[in-house]
Amino acid sequence: MGNGPYASQRASSPRRHGLDNEEVSVDLYEYQGRDVFEKHGLPVLAGGVAETPEEARAIAERLGGRVVVKAQVKVGGRGKAGGVKLAADATEAYDRANDILGMDIKGHTVHKVMLAETADIVEEYYFSYLLDRANRTFLCIASVAGGMEIETVAEEAPEKVAKIAIDANRGVDEALAREIVTAGHFPAEVADQVVDIAIKLWQTFRAEDATLVEVNPLAKISSGKVLCLDAKVTLDENAGFRHADHEALEDKAAVDPLEQAAKAKDLNYVKLDGEVGIIGNGAGLVMSTLDVVAYAGEEFGGVKPANFLDIGGGASAEVMANGLEIVLSDPAVKSVFVNVFGGITACDAVANGIVQALAMLESRGETVTKPLVVRLDGNNAEAGRAILDSANNPLVQRVDTMDGAAKRAAELAAAGK
Amino acid sequence: MAIWLTKDSKVIVQGMTGSEGSKHTRRMLAAGTQIVGGVNPRKAGTSVDFDGTAVPVFGSVADAMKETGADVTVIFVPPAFTKDAVVEAIDAGIGLAVVITEGVPVHDTAAFWAHAVETGNKTRIIGPNCPGVASPGASNAGIIPADISGSGRIGLVSKSGTLTYQLMYELRDIGFSTAVGIGGDPIIGTTHIDALAAFQDDPETEAIVMIGEIGGDAEERAAEFIKAHVTKPVVGYIAGFTAPPGKTMGHAGAIISGSSGTADAKKAALEAAGVKVGKTPSETARLMREVMSGR
Repeated sequence: MGNGPYASQRASSPRRHGLDNEEVSVDLYEYQGRDVFEKHGLPVLAGGVAETPEEARAIAERLGGRVVVKAQVKVGGRGKAGGVKLAADATEAYDRANDILGMDIKGHTVHKVMLAETADIVEEYYFSYLLDRANRTFLCIASVAGGMEIETVAEEAPEKVAKIAIDANRGVDEALAREIVTAGHFPAEVADQVVDIAIKLWQTFRAEDATLVEVNPLAKISSGKVLCLDAKVTLDENAGFRHADHEALEDKAAVDPLEQAAKAKDLNYVKLDGEVGIIGNGAGLVMSTLDVVAYAGEEFGGVKPANFLDIGGGASAEVMANGLEIVLSDPAVKSVFVNVFGGITACDAVANGIVQALAMLESRGETVTKPLVVRLDGNNAEAGRAILDSANNPLVQRVDTMDGAAKRAAELAAAGK
Repeated sequence: MAIWLTKDSKVIVQGMTGSEGSKHTRRMLAAGTQIVGGVNPRKAGTSVDFDGTAVPVFGSVADAMKETGADVTVIFVPPAFTKDAVVEAIDAGIGLAVVITEGVPVHDTAAFWAHAVETGNKTRIIGPNCPGVASPGASNAGIIPADISGSGRIGLVSKSGTLTYQLMYELRDIGFSTAVGIGGDPIIGTTHIDALAAFQDDPETEAIVMIGEIGGDAEERAAEFIKAHVTKPVVGYIAGFTAPPGKTMGHAGAIISGSSGTADAKKAALEAAGVKVGKTPSETARLMREVMSGR
């Protein structure tokens, strides 16, 4: 400990291996997290964010010259990768920013650097609040062993890691904050400061509808003051309706262009690296479709799904048409598999969407050449099949079982490669 | 018998006068569900006609229960009002609250769950973000299509709606005692384990299908429970065997990175508990068919 600003590498979060399904969440960059912390009265160092070396120099001048320049990437280990550097003055800040901007850290290109005042760290602690899915509540994790990955501490010295369940309705008051500070073995001379931070951090977690707020390190500096030197914040996208300011925090530039186009049309789309375009209804069924296509693809030289696209429950013809347009615009796609089990979704609407989408693309002069395999079952399946049959489009093939359709789509993709 | 929902269940709908609520109330009625009322404080005292059936609207869950003897509520209110609706249902002491609403902030779910625990867990909560519960031929509380399968001897519990429908369809000739869609949100009121325990105790259920997805460790915990407490045959299915690491999929958004929570890890845990696990829905149906053929 006490190894200066280089210690503030972003340790990975305590969510087990970052694995949390079904959570619609937005991870913030450190500089955004710092701003959120500052807004809620948490002690942070003055800082700013720069996209160019010139901006970095100007911020360093404002901050008094000596700064730490930190790559803004949503991945751990940036310190080791050379993404965190100290600069003695504004000119050096320009140079360091110049080095770091554009750097590749574990596949993430650095587009922004954060500049912050430096601090003379004496001790490093760890503090977080997060969602505890298994216990259906929130959890506080606090430790005097900060500055490194909390999972490592939990493994090597579990006695140093306090885990305290937080009741969602009672929250964290001063009494509970004192309990946390005692359980985390924080030294007496910082206890009052950490109690204050524990309360304000809980207020931040609540007020922002976060599923994670993590400070690592929470540091005692030479003046004796305790500061939040890193800020990791994950927000719940479902709560967006009561946070008008959250949308601006989403990182649209970092998203794949097809994913961006899909998002603009409110579609749940994820780009993958195969050749069979997939459209289905319901996340579970679409995930299952990816599996069935990947298995079927083994027979045909290993063709794989090109994307995940869930058109959701009750999808209209328009939603189907939007989805098909996105999938067909992916040059990697060689065939498309539309797999729908109509629960609320009516298969005749899905069939109409397919027919309309193809007609619309045609009328725009975009010739569709990629074959579509369609499997419809459930609500109004017969009507849907009849619509496809009467449209009699040579590109559309109807196969009535999921396995059979997956096999046909894989075969067509392999032939189109 | 079925679990949690029978032909005698008296069902009210919170949000019945909204567009989703009225659409699905009509479908639930058509499936034979005893819908005894709706709840909307602004329309209390009126009634809504569903193809000749007039369903009264009450000002509160408590009023509806007092007047009708309702013991089940299905909740279709928008996300911003879901917490209050569930808390109201809990405070009224209703036995079962099925929360269909998708997009409920997790802080709200955590709050109503904490309230349920605090008040002694008198209300079973299913969901949020779930398709509900269907006991084919008896009653339907939610949005599971009633015509996929008739009644029978299989119990089904699933995180995913459309996979529930797919498996019910594949096994429609055998039929289901009850199908429970528990939903895929980070915090849910009823887990795989709760449903497994209920199916184990239900004399009408002879075998159980359990459907999971990648991410989290709910399936692993269910496997432990099966090993210790379930003597009926269980067949499992996990979606996402081929999902690449680090990707979020859809509204349910399974994220996977690292080794735990993968479909293979879940399959291994379930198989260690004696559960046969299919790699596709059709293989899962075939495994269940084998189980049932000797019975």
